[in-house]
Amino acid sequence: MARILFFGKLGDLAGGRAREMALPADACNVAGLIAAIRESDVVLADALEEISVRAVVNEEMARADTAITDQDEIAFLPPVSGG
Amino acid sequence: MIRVSEEPFDPGAELTAFERAADGAGAVASFTGKVRARAASGAVNTLYLEHYPGLTEKSIAAIEAEARERWALEHVNIIHRIGRLNPGDPIVMVCVSSAHRRDAFEAADFLMDYLKTEALFWKKEITSGDEAWIEPRDQDYQDAARWRKEK
Repeated sequence: MARILFFGKLGDLAGGRAREMALPADACNVAGLIAAIRESDVVLADALEEISVRAVVNEEMARADTAITDQDEIAFLPPVSGG
Repeated sequence: MIRVSEEPFDPGAELTAFERAADGAGAVASFTGKVRARAASGAVNTLYLEHYPGLTEKSIAAIEAEARERWALEHVNIIHRIGRLNPGDPIVMVCVSSAHRRDAFEAADFLMDYLKTEALFWKKEITSGDEAWIEPRDQDYQDAARWRKEK
């Protein structure tokens, strides 16, 4: 099971900050993961595709074509607001 | 020292401890950010801060490393609250020591600008009857961009 993390407003949209998910066979990269999420949640998928949202795989910055497996932690980060 | 914690902190006690650790430095600069009493809408302002355990600390360490490349710093302390905060609570504190004042002043200013726009925190503003995730203002991005133009 891949571990998916949603931060900030994305956590509210996803109904929780963390989700365990068995990746479908065709979800071999970040874009594929978003496509799989889209099948059950169009609003969340649209939010994940916003230009300001960054994807992180195993704590490294990722892109749409970054490969993922069921052993990975994939996080989606909206714009930050510290301080 | 980088500390991200749900525990409230006392800026006075933190500064006293920092000055003791930084003994021998010619200059100590510190900044404390606090929760404003009122939100833009005018209502009482409660904040909720979320972070990405592990990666948030790494993002702060990267900001500190960049500050150390630019200025001759001795000790650096960065404290950031997470969780629920009330008006008046300290939310962030940076303490910097150096041989001379300019390095300490500028590094503290730089650290705060980058903590606002680069460190992995997400802040929700909760007022009576409403809550909203906050994103950096254009001013915050402009403040951070100053350092790229100057150096």
